[in-house]
Parts: sequence; structure tokens; C-alpha cells
Amino acid sequence: MTFSSSGSRISPLLEVRDLKVHFDTSDGVVKAVDGVSLRLGERQRLGVVGESGSGKSVTFLTVMGLITRKDATIEGEVLFRGQDLLALSAEEMRHIRGKEMAMIFQDPISSLHPLFRVGDQIAEAILAHEKVSKRAANTRAVEMLAKVGIPQPNERARQYPHEFSGGMRQRAMIAMGLCLNPDLLIADEPTTALDVTVQAQILGLIDQLRDEFGTAVVMITHDLGVVAEHTDNVQVMYAGRVAEYGTREHIYHGSHHPYTWGLMQSISRLDENVERLHPIVGSPPSLIFVPPGCPFHPRCPYRFAPCDREIPPLVEEEVGHRSACHLALEDKKRIFAQEVVVSP
Amino acid sequence: MIRYIVRRLLWLAFVLFVISVLTFLIFFVMPPSDPAVNFAGRAPREETITAVREQFGLDRPVPVQYGLFVKRFFLGDEYGWPGFGFSFTTRTPIRDSLLPRAWVTAQLAIGASIVWLVVGVPIGIVSALKRHTMVDRAAMGFALFGVSAPVFWLGLVSLFIFWQKLGISPGTGYVAFSSDPVGWATHFWLPWVVLALLYAAFYARIVRGNMLEVMAEDYIRTARAKGLSERRVVFKHGLRSSLTPIVTLYGLDLGLLLGGAIVTESVFNIPGLGPYTISAVFRGDLPVVVAVTIFGAFAVVLLTLIVDIVYAYLDPRVRYT
Repeated sequence: MTFSSSGSRISPLLEVRDLKVHFDTSDGVVKAVDGVSLRLGERQRLGVVGESGSGKSVTFLTVMGLITRKDATIEGEVLFRGQDLLALSAEEMRHIRGKEMAMIFQDPISSLHPLFRVGDQIAEAILAHEKVSKRAANTRAVEMLAKVGIPQPNERARQYPHEFSGGMRQRAMIAMGLCLNPDLLIADEPTTALDVTVQAQILGLIDQLRDEFGTAVVMITHDLGVVAEHTDNVQVMYAGRVAEYGTREHIYHGSHHPYTWGLMQSISRLDENVERLHPIVGSPPSLIFVPPGCPFHPRCPYRFAPCDREIPPLVEEEVGHRSACHLALEDKKRIFAQEVVVSP
Repeated sequence: MIRYIVRRLLWLAFVLFVISVLTFLIFFVMPPSDPAVNFAGRAPREETITAVREQFGLDRPVPVQYGLFVKRFFLGDEYGWPGFGFSFTTRTPIRDSLLPRAWVTAQLAIGASIVWLVVGVPIGIVSALKRHTMVDRAAMGFALFGVSAPVFWLGLVSLFIFWQKLGISPGTGYVAFSSDPVGWATHFWLPWVVLALLYAAFYARIVRGNMLEVMAEDYIRTARAKGLSERRVVFKHGLRSSLTPIVTLYGLDLGLLLGGAIVTESVFNIPGLGPYTISAVFRGDLPVVVAVTIFGAFAVVLLTLIVDIVYAYLDPRVRYT
């Protein structure tokens, strides 16, 4: 639990309680997020992992207020420092978005406006929240570009996104996200569209800036390998629900959910002589017709009697380690030790 | 940027050269009738026709004729610059009838283009923002009507309503701005609106489509994520991208209209290039047809050049390419 400087006990930075985001489409109701809860303390790093369509992006787009009740049916609570964001007006939410919490996206070329100068796009974020002169905002934009490791930031600020390389664009996005020193940075697959060599640099940069600015970071990714060294806690999501939650130790050295095991076995490692990768068989379920019982059971090699009937609750079996699986704890431990090939 | 403009100018010259050669060939080498025969009067004698041929140089080889035509155009002829030549039918210099008519057409086309931008673009924006509401349906209903209604019908119906019934239009015809500014405006407003309606409808649909596409872009989500006001997201980030392609369209449409808005000019009895061209075609007045064609082509090519330069300014990604 965190304590404020005044000493009074306060709520965590971000707490999501039983969030449901359902989209009404002509094909039926898409249950993109179906009962997700999570907590994130100040300065903490949370990795959110899952395949496409697991609801990880939708969860945080809803947190940011970028998916609203106009777009979907939303239930549950999103508490930011104890304040329910879902109860705020659009205008109130706008003052939080970008200032208190920022989000960066997967594809930095399509996420930056192609017709405006990079520096102006960053300055615009500052001007949206602070009463400063345009000149002052521009100066700060250049400073931010320097902070995220863009050489010759003065010249770069006057350039357009297409004149930047992929890694530079993502750095510019990070500069834009952090220019108002938000308390929470949500990074939605920030390295997916980048070269492998650049990925490590960007992740390193986010870590470095987190230390410098004291920002809490949510790292959304489909690749467990990406967050391994850049996160404190990991939340694994499947079909709009939480499959497993735990510390990095829990997930990488003793995970409890067959889906997490599948994700781990599909990480490619260069330091091991692996004959072949083990993909998870099948494909993610339809979010309109979610399988009954555990949504993962059709793809689960360890399914047994209750799996196709009862939805497994998210149970805390170890301190700070929760998973939603019918297997007994001893079985989970045994299977992980015997069959899941991981060596840190 | 300078190099870019120079290259575009060279391209413009080349296009005009090709167009002039083509029109020249089509109208002088394969004429539907012999201009000399037409000019020589009723039941001419062989000597008269030959004399006319010699007088107008029609007996000389086609390349020489083309050369003389180009020389006249650039250096001017006895009637002034640019030298468009002499009409065989009206027996008057083409320059003196073409340029005033081009000016009348330009007033009609530019006025109408302002009307359609002012009407079409906002309708498209509102329609996109209020998608699937009554406002959107009403706007797109209007657009369907505008696209479907033939201009000659619309012109006649509007004349009947606004001139005959309501009396708020003084009828057809053209009044020069210099002689009577009020009469100029009252005579022009109805043809402007009628000509603009088709384009306004078309532009509304295009702007709506562009806007819907742009508002789904990732960078719009980024703009919202920054905490910008919705107004700024729509009118700065969204509109800027949606309207850039409109510039291209606008330039081409205006360029085409500058060559003559035949139907509108005919219905409203406006002495522009349209009726002039039609009568020249029917009378086989070949030098006029060539002059009008080249003038129209010049308008389109010039507007395209302007569009290219403006576009390079609006979209940094095409600069210097």
C-alpha cells in the first residue's frame, strides 16, 4: 500500500475493478473485456500480455477514456487515485488524459500526424494543458526530444514524421507522452513495429525515463519475452479476462496457467538449442461466442472435467499470485517444473 | 522547391505542345468540311476557292501551317497578342471574341466554385461528424439530389421558380460588373448556385468520406490521447488531412469549367465560352475550335500546376519529389 506525503493512506495509482467493455455489432455483442481487475502502484511497472483480441488494448483505451460509453457498453470502475474516471465528464477526462496519464501506440508512423512538424505536435500537448506561450512550449518540446535521445533536437523538431526513422518516431511519441510528466504511461505494444535492434533501445529508454520522471508504466505486449526485463508485475489476459497475475518471478519461474505456459514456450530464444517452437494450438476464441467454462479450454492440453462447464475464478494461491485455472496447485507446480521449458 | 516548379513548368509546356499538335491535326488534316470552300461563299468557283486557300495559307504543307500557327500564337498576329487567328465564319479576329468570353466564363466558374466550396465542404464535415443521424441522412439526400439533377433541368426549374414565380432573380443574361455591380450580382447568383449544386453535392460526399476515413486514423487517436479538445482534434487534425485531397479536385474541376460551362451558359444565356464553342463546332469554324481547345487545355494544365505547387506546400511528404 502506498502512502502520500501527508501520511494519509491513499488508494493505488490505478485500480480497475471488474471492468466490462462490450461492443454492440451487427454480428452480436463483442465481449472485448469481460470482468478485468488490476492494481498498479505509483512508479510500478506492469506488463500486460496476451494475444490479439485478448482485450489488453481495449482495457487501457477505456482507462484513457479513448473508448467511451458512446462506443461501447462499459461496466465496472476505473479508479485513478481513487477517482472513478468512468464517472467523469468528457471535459474532465480530457484534463487528465495527456497530463496525468499518457499513452503511446504500436505504430509510430501512423500515430504521428503526417502533416504537422514533430516539435509542434509535442508543443501542442503542452499547450493543451498549460497556459504557457507557444515559444515556451516549443522550447520544452525540443528539450523533451533531447531527453529521449534524439540528436540535434532543434532541427529534428522542425521536421515532419516521415523524415524520422521508425525508432526515432517512437522516441518522439515517448517525448510527447512524457512532456507533461504524467504519473502513468501506457505503452501499447511500443516495439512491435520496430526492428529488433531498436526494440531494446526503446525499452531501455522507457525504463530510464521511468526512473528519471517517476512514472508508472503499463507495458502492453503479446510477447512475454519483451517484458521479461522491463516489468515488476505481469498480467496475462485471455479472451477479455485475466488468466494469471503475479510478480515477474511468479510468471517466469513458476506460472500457474496453461495459457501462460503456452506463451512461454512460444518465445524464441537464441541462447538455447531448441529444436522447434511450440505454438499454442488453435486460435483465440470468438469474443461473441466465447466458449463455455474456461475460455481457454478448447486449446488447453491439460483440460479435464470441469473446464468446459465452469468458469474458473481468479484465485490467489500464493501471495500476490493469482490464476484462473481449475488445475490443483500441486499439478500446476508439477507440470510447470516438468514440462514448461524455461531457463532464465 | 524551385527545381520542382521548373520541372512542372517544363512539363506544362510539353503537354500544351502535344495538345496543340493533336487539335491541329484533328481539325486541319481531317476536317469534316473544307474551310476554304465554306469561306468562298455560295456555289464558289474553283478560282475563288484557290484564292482563299492561298490567302489563308491552307495550301501549304501541314507542318508549315502548324509552324505559322505557333508563331502567330507566340508573337501575336495583326489583331494583337496572343494571336489566335481569324474566324472563317464570322470573318472577325478570334482574339477579340474569345478573351471577353473567357472572362465571362471565368466569373461564372470562380463564383460557382466558391459557392460549392462554401456549401459542400461544411455539409460533408457535419455529415461525417453526425454519421447515421437524421442530419447525415438529410445531407446525403441533398447530395444524391444534387448529383442526380441534370443542370439544364435544374437551371430551367430554378429560373421558373426564382424568376417567374418569386421574382427574386432578374432573369437570364450577363451584366458587366464595371457597368452595374448590383445587376452583375443579381444576374449571376442563380447560375452560380445552379452550376455549384452538382459540385457541392459531389464535394460533400467526398469530404464526408475523407473525414470518416481520417477520423479513424491512429494519429487522431494520438491527438485525443494528448488531451486536445474534440474541436481541435476535428478541426485541426482531422480537417487538415481531409481537405488536402480536395485541393487537387478543386483545381481540376475549376480548370475544366474555365474551358466553358456549356449547359449553364446556354440555359442562362451567358455569353461565355460554352455556346461560342458549340456554334463554332456546328459551323465548322475550325480556327475557333482550335483556339478554344487550346485555351481550355491551358486552363486545365495551368490549374494542375497550381494544384501541384499548393499540394507540395500542404503535404510535406510530396515536397521536392
